[in-house]
Amino acid sequence: MAIADAEALTGVTRARVNWTPYLLVLPTLAFLSVFFIYPMAQAISLAVTDPPTGALTWAHFRRMSSDLYFGQAVRFTLIITAIAVPLQVALGLAIALLVNTRFRGHTVFLYLTALPIGISDLAAGMIWLSILTERGYLNAALQRLGLIEQPVVFLTLERPEWLLAAIILTELWRATAIVMVILLAGLQLIPKDYAETAAVFGAGRWQTARHVILPLLRPSLQTALIIRTILAFQLFATVVTLAGRQIPVLAGETYFWYSLYRSPSVASAYAVLILLLSASITWIYLYVLAPKAGEVRL
Amino acid sequence: MRVRLVGIYGAALVIGTWVAAPLLLIALAAFTPRNILYEWPRPLWPRAFSLDTMLFFLRSTGVWASTLNSVVVAGLTIGLAFLIAAPTGYALARYRFRGKGAVQLSILVVKMFPATVLSIPLAVAFIRWGLYDTLIGVAIVHTALSIPFVTVIVTSVFVGISYELEEAAMTLGSNRLRAFLRVTLPMAVPGLAAAAIFTFVLSWNEVFAATILTLDHRTLPALIVDSVISAGAPLHFRFAGGFFMVMPAVVIIFLIRRYLLTLWGVTVR
Repeated sequence: MAIADAEALTGVTRARVNWTPYLLVLPTLAFLSVFFIYPMAQAISLAVTDPPTGALTWAHFRRMSSDLYFGQAVRFTLIITAIAVPLQVALGLAIALLVNTRFRGHTVFLYLTALPIGISDLAAGMIWLSILTERGYLNAALQRLGLIEQPVVFLTLERPEWLLAAIILTELWRATAIVMVILLAGLQLIPKDYAETAAVFGAGRWQTARHVILPLLRPSLQTALIIRTILAFQLFATVVTLAGRQIPVLAGETYFWYSLYRSPSVASAYAVLILLLSASITWIYLYVLAPKAGEVRL
Repeated sequence: MRVRLVGIYGAALVIGTWVAAPLLLIALAAFTPRNILYEWPRPLWPRAFSLDTMLFFLRSTGVWASTLNSVVVAGLTIGLAFLIAAPTGYALARYRFRGKGAVQLSILVVKMFPATVLSIPLAVAFIRWGLYDTLIGVAIVHTALSIPFVTVIVTSVFVGISYELEEAAMTLGSNRLRAFLRVTLPMAVPGLAAAAIFTFVLSWNEVFAATILTLDHRTLPALIVDSVISAGAPLHFRFAGGFFMVMPAVVIIFLIRRYLLTLWGVTVR
């Protein structure tokens, strides 16, 4: 429809440039330059300059990296991301494939599993806190089953691996929905004939999924991985509610350096670190995991 | 075949329970009397229900004011985001122009951009511009975050409405603006409403920027984070707060269910 409509809409001949779409797009581009490109440049400049003199300095990065919490924050952020994101993609894919079978009641199931999209990391943290806290539902259930006498303290620094597990569980519960929706949108773009053709040629259900559906789903998988990984680098409220600063993470440290230590410069250094990590992971997903020459792209 | 059906329904039941159970439990906690929440042995099903826990939360200092702030910020965000992004969505649906691909790509990049990175430099800039600790300041950041979503929904809405109807109105004597307002726009309303509703959720839920950019004029998530970090808010406050924040989400996702795939479906190719 686009070409014919554009001409119909503008009523001008092909030779003249039609400025209407550019005018319509302008506010968005202007707004994004002021509130995305400018702050991004500003974050970098704050992180590498000395506030009073404006001279270039690495002091903020040195202060950041010499802080006791820094190493832990990097380590915990990467661990949580490395475990949570693959689990989210696996579960999200399973749910999307399940919805795509269009079993009776699949619309209700889709709505239910998509619900966490509307739930904030903060609220999700509170929800799982009500389950995992000392007098929470998990302990209540374990006691009812006769497995424990006294409540088990799950969320304590004495058991950092349990704290991590709680955070990962909460993230899995909350953020799988986004992955599922991205993958389901991708699945619905794949023409049904492909799977039917595979079946005609004798492929089983598993073979079809593995060799026909999955390769065609690659762009959606890539997008889901990029979005989820970048969001995982910004993990903040879930951690704050479940573990406080016992499990330091990068976004949390950004917050503490800004609000607690009143140092926008070191906070910016953290922000730049998150930005660099996000850019590199996107590059890795896009180019290292890119389809090899000759592979079909849909 | 029967084995497969059992497998599908079994899996759907397990996954459905995994998603639904925590939601039911937080609702249960929010209406459990305070003393029962701290009891041991803790009953799974409370002996009695009460509004006590919810009322404690709602009467806590700042909760009403910050809820109002959240609603105002969300309203401002919806207004700003539509003013800025809706024309872009329309242009992407109705025109073909040089640079269109670049515009679409930059919008996608914005969707993936780590928002945490924006908050610190904007806080510094907002102090200079007199926007720090103001609701409009928070709304501006939320607008930046919601522009990609508003654009994709608006685009898909207008792609779905045939331009020929507008043309038909024009042949019958309408001018272009009138044809758009009287023919296309009414058909677009449900989709545009979905975009507005999603923008509301995005703003209502946003924690980090709101926490960094406000001090006295907290939004609700910023107030709750602050009360957890610096005041060590009691558990019943947290449960009630969590439930209070989740409530709108359940309704809202239901209202926009048709557009869920559009919101997130655009991919990098």
